[in-house]
Amino acid sequence: MNLYEPFRSSIKAGDWLTLLLGCACVILLTLKLWNGEIADRAIIRSGGKIFKEVSLSRDLQIEVPGPLGVSIISIEKRKARISSDPSPRQYCVRQGWLQQAGEIAICLPNEVSVELTGNAKKYDSLNY
Amino acid sequence: MTASTTENLREGERGKGKGKSPSSILLNTTPEDHHIAKMAAVALGLTVFENAIPSPLPGVKPGLANIITLIVLARYGWRAAAWVALLRVVAGSLLFGNFLAPGFFLSLSGALCSLGALAISMHLPQRWFGAVTHSILAAFAHIAGQMMVVYLWLIPHSGIAYLIPIFATAALVFGAVNGLIAARFMDNDDKPVTERQA
Repeated sequence: MNLYEPFRSSIKAGDWLTLLLGCACVILLTLKLWNGEIADRAIIRSGGKIFKEVSLSRDLQIEVPGPLGVSIISIEKRKARISSDPSPRQYCVRQGWLQQAGEIAICLPNEVSVELTGNAKKYDSLNY
Repeated sequence: MTASTTENLREGERGKGKGKSPSSILLNTTPEDHHIAKMAAVALGLTVFENAIPSPLPGVKPGLANIITLIVLARYGWRAAAWVALLRVVAGSLLFGNFLAPGFFLSLSGALCSLGALAISMHLPQRWFGAVTHSILAAFAHIAGQMMVVYLWLIPHSGIAYLIPIFATAALVFGAVNGLIAARFMDNDDKPVTERQA
């Protein structure tokens, strides 16, 4: 325990307790907030309004018109992604597949977004 | 700056007898003022140093300046620690050019919340709880305060809840490390001079 030796007098018993409680807090928070609920619906928005709400159970491609052109949204194996978009920087396309409820891909220039939701919107308790 | 400073300021304004022009303002400072200023300057130096370290995620920073806050808290009490922390936030924002910008209010809310946590945790029995405890509690309060400001003002979207575990982990790790460094610095404080180690 050579590494620990110089710090022995710096850490008191209560400090270990705090450290332990802190770890417990972090683990609880992680479990609570990251228990990736499987998404089952995709909400597609265009210009801020809901364009379409689709189930993830069937594979399909959806063309969504925006001010710059047409964005193509693919749904495959219960995952969704924006596979083509006219936006200059392609951020939403490079984001790749969305799988968990709450995940969202937004193409700001073309005002198109895809948001995945589960049965219950998870964080409503924070919103209201 | 203590409450007496304003008194001294007025005295200085009147200090014609000392051969100063009537318009000159003399700030009579106490040794405590000097100490707070020095500590705040060291904290500021650490802030600048820390800004040079690349961070994987905006907002995840070690918060090295808090080591100074912890030391000041243990040696000079909460009031001095609050001065050092708040001076560091204001001076740091002037230095980086984000005074009154969102980043400034994030730092400020974090500093205020962690000072609040320190005000409570400093009353824990000193026999069992040291700088490490104070540091961890302050780090959690810091991130909680910042997340509140982010959620209520900057990004009112529940999606930021995804980031909480990352920030909480960072707070725990950096809080513990900073507390350890501060405790190590103060190891000699309560020993007689003859037993102190370099």
